[in-house]
Amino acid sequence: MDGTLIIFWTFAGLALVSALACITRRSPVASALWLVVTLFSLAALFVLLDAQFIAVLQVLVYAGAIMVLFLFVIMLLNLGRAGPSDLKGPLGLGVGVLLAGLLLVQLLVPRQASPAAGGPARTVAEQGMIPPVARPLFTTYLVPFEITSILLLAAIVGAVVLAKRKL
Amino acid sequence: MLLAPALTVSGVLFALGVLGVLLRRNAIVIFMCVELMLNAANLAFVALAQQLGVAGQIFVFFVMAVAAAEAAVGLAIILAVYRHRQTVNLQNINLLKG
Repeated sequence: MDGTLIIFWTFAGLALVSALACITRRSPVASALWLVVTLFSLAALFVLLDAQFIAVLQVLVYAGAIMVLFLFVIMLLNLGRAGPSDLKGPLGLGVGVLLAGLLLVQLLVPRQASPAAGGPARTVAEQGMIPPVARPLFTTYLVPFEITSILLLAAIVGAVVLAKRKL
Repeated sequence: MLLAPALTVSGVLFALGVLGVLLRRNAIVIFMCVELMLNAANLAFVALAQQLGVAGQIFVFFVMAVAAAEAAVGLAIILAVYRHRQTVNLQNINLLKG
């Protein structure tokens, strides 16, 4: 077992444990902070998978912006302290665990049958980290990229309209 | 090399997110679990991008943009619902229940 694999499983274990903590903590603030730990561990996994640019985006956009938005809303609604457990009753728990377990089996079984992909590994050493991502983004995927800006504009307008008391 | 373990971790994370959505009643926590599922999908994209070319990473970029938009609008909806019902517990938001 080489070093990369050890680091990978360290961060993967951290991500899974903190994800489990995120879905079981009673206080929404604790859940949000555990989710931040998960997102940071995923950023580390992205670095190990040769996606340094995506890892930086993950920290900036997810851990930075989106989770701050979540914490801001929790603070705004004054939901910080842990109330009575909001987990569903025994029946809901059983059905939930059963469905999630079924999904897990479905997700993990076909992987073993799929052939090993033998495509070209990315050449980070030749081109650096950003150009291999940025070049197709502004050429092949230019139209989806521009549509994303319209989507974000619509989201901004929608959020303002929904959250404002009176326009 | 890391493809198989990364896809395994991705699958487990996705199932954990589904479990959270099914088990919790707090709307904000359910939202966080949806973000968890999006991140699990991102991990699968990045793991496959390492083998099959950079298009997977660009898809992760778009997923992040959509997730940001979804979080902004979704949290605004939760805010609006909270103003009407004074709660974010989905058990008490049952106007459509027969």
